[in-house]
Amino acid sequence: MRTTVLPTDVRSLVSGTSPRLLPLEPLDFSAHRALYGSTPRIDGARVIEMADRAGLTGQGGAGFPVHRKMAAVREAAERTGRRAVVVANGSEGEPASAKDKALLWHSPHLVLDGVELAATAVGASRAFVAVEAHSGLRWRLRTASEQRAGSRVPVTIVEVPPRFLSGQETALVSLLNGGPAKPRFQARPVFEDGVDGAPTLLHNVETLAHLALIARHGPAWYRSGATTTLFTVHRGDAAPAVVEASPGLSLERLAGPGVADAQAVLVGGYHGSWLPVASASGSPRATPADGRVGPATPVTAEGLGVPLGAGMIAVLPQDRCGIVETAAILRFLALESAGQCGPCLNGLPRIAAAFGALARPAPRADLVRVRESLSRWAGLVTGRGACRHPDGSARLALSALTTFAAEADAHAHGRCRAPGRPPMLPTGTAEQGA
Amino acid sequence: MDSAVMWYAGQATGIVSLVLFTLVMALGIGVRERTRIPGMPRLATVALHRSLSLLAVVFMTVHIVTAVADSYVNISPLAALVPFSSSYRPLWVGLGTVAVDLMLAVVATSLLRARLGRRAWRAVHWLAYASWPVAVLHGVKLGNGTGHLMSGWMLWLTAGCVGSVLAAILYRVTAARRRSTPDSVLTAAEAPTADWHAAPGRHRAVSGAPIGEGGRR
Amino acid sequence: MADPPTASRPPRATVDWTACRGHGACADLLPERITLDEWGYPIIDPDPVPDRARRRARKAVSECPALALRLRP
Repeated sequence: MRTTVLPTDVRSLVSGTSPRLLPLEPLDFSAHRALYGSTPRIDGARVIEMADRAGLTGQGGAGFPVHRKMAAVREAAERTGRRAVVVANGSEGEPASAKDKALLWHSPHLVLDGVELAATAVGASRAFVAVEAHSGLRWRLRTASEQRAGSRVPVTIVEVPPRFLSGQETALVSLLNGGPAKPRFQARPVFEDGVDGAPTLLHNVETLAHLALIARHGPAWYRSGATTTLFTVHRGDAAPAVVEASPGLSLERLAGPGVADAQAVLVGGYHGSWLPVASASGSPRATPADGRVGPATPVTAEGLGVPLGAGMIAVLPQDRCGIVETAAILRFLALESAGQCGPCLNGLPRIAAAFGALARPAPRADLVRVRESLSRWAGLVTGRGACRHPDGSARLALSALTTFAAEADAHAHGRCRAPGRPPMLPTGTAEQGA
Repeated sequence: MDSAVMWYAGQATGIVSLVLFTLVMALGIGVRERTRIPGMPRLATVALHRSLSLLAVVFMTVHIVTAVADSYVNISPLAALVPFSSSYRPLWVGLGTVAVDLMLAVVATSLLRARLGRRAWRAVHWLAYASWPVAVLHGVKLGNGTGHLMSGWMLWLTAGCVGSVLAAILYRVTAARRRSTPDSVLTAAEAPTADWHAAPGRHRAVSGAPIGEGGRR
Repeated sequence: MADPPTASRPPRATVDWTACRGHGACADLLPERITLDEWGYPIIDPDPVPDRARRRARKAVSECPALALRLRP
């Protein structure tokens, strides 16, 4: 079982007086009120309109417009006559991401404010906050919830198994319905038929925190570029840090000066993509068009050329091996499959095994065939399952084959740039460490 | 109609029903384990299972009709559906009725399975495992028709049916223990002898391990 | 933006992947839209089912041992 350590390294790159998602110290209710003021009372339809004008999108990885989700749930509730349910998803099953845990620990009231606003928007009769089991967050959220006397909507804190897929939308709803935390086939989408068959609004906890800030400062403020978002940054061997920063800042500013000399960066978590870093020595400024990034590249989807996902960035130093890192991640992802869907169950372990064999440097004549098999399997698992776990895993594998093509070739000749070093990115296995 | 003809017809349709339902049971387990009948398309296993089950129902209906119509033994039409209500040999005829009732539930739900949904249909389908042995007991006791147990070639035939179903059940139980998980598929794929370049189209898993199988258990 | 009425939308084959166990009966009945991958699982062509295949498609849905195949408008 994976043990979770609450992130101790929380940083802010936000200047002075701007409203912040992540205070550097955990806040209780009175400190929260002192810092943020109280949540304005806004009626349901206006909350949705506010989210629309602010252009708020989901912070859990999918980036879906919040107002559309809310409108869909509200409409489904009116149509079916069932009271809606709000679910705040703080389960964060991605082991390399810590932003939701940091937010829930430091600023639970901002999240709970957002839950109340979301409940108003859809006329919900109850709400759930999902947190990872054994993380201490259930206690933290319960205490926070009890400090709030005037809450109109009962909030239940739910602990979720520390698995990668536990926070997937249908898996989480399945758990709340008393079933296993595994993705389900939904004849009707969750916004119509979710917890106990009721229309369910499910949002990442950071999204709800953003909503709480928008309610206080207005949509215009949100669109003005003064807002921030949360990232989890892994800089080589250093402990990961949760960083609050304005989107659009440069990669170097977010991830540190080591980026300039790095080999590659992983953007978007374990379902993301490896991007090669253009070498700093006299090369032209890197652009997404050639697939490379550089220290000055803005940390946005447009700037990087790939989605940001849940805001995880990992820097791969020169003395680490991208094939070894990816092999460990793919093995983890294969074992985290729910095992329900044939293509995923068959494809991910094969992808992981092939990558694992590649990760062991040894002369081999079949590198071309290995690449072909990996491409074939990646194609077979994509889009054929109850969730996007195989799609994301395939994306990671293919991006690694491209970005670390030279390293793969070196491995096929028996050489590795980091021989014998265990991987640095967390996969909860015993081999973790320097 | 001549009572002797009725009686023979009843015996004959009884034993044919047993053989047919035995095939249906074996094919049903074959469907569950995705067994492919050699030389036939994949569809054949499930299609044959369904066709034979309906044929078996026909034979069984004739079996019941002849038993009820037979003037030599007193079995009312009601006794065909309500267990243990026959005047003649209530216990053993009653077992036959139990088997029929269970089987009717299985067949009816199977005809309506698309409407019922997978869970309800599966729950009732398990009753087949109860219906079949009860039918065998009914047949063994009454198959002779003279108050003694079934004997001779009919007994051997019945023994063969029982052996076949037991073998099929054993196959199913051992297959269940080989059921794949991400962990087991990964272990097989990481084995030193694993051949991941298996040509597409050959439906084999790595190095002989069972094909990873999705779907709810 | 209203969706077109269901009756006029041609059906497409789709799979409940959590139920599918790779029996492959669907590929026998609807080869125009379904083939099998190297593990025995269906590869579904998302194009609408042609008129001449509609009845076979409905049969494939009812014959699927796992009730995993569906037709959606």
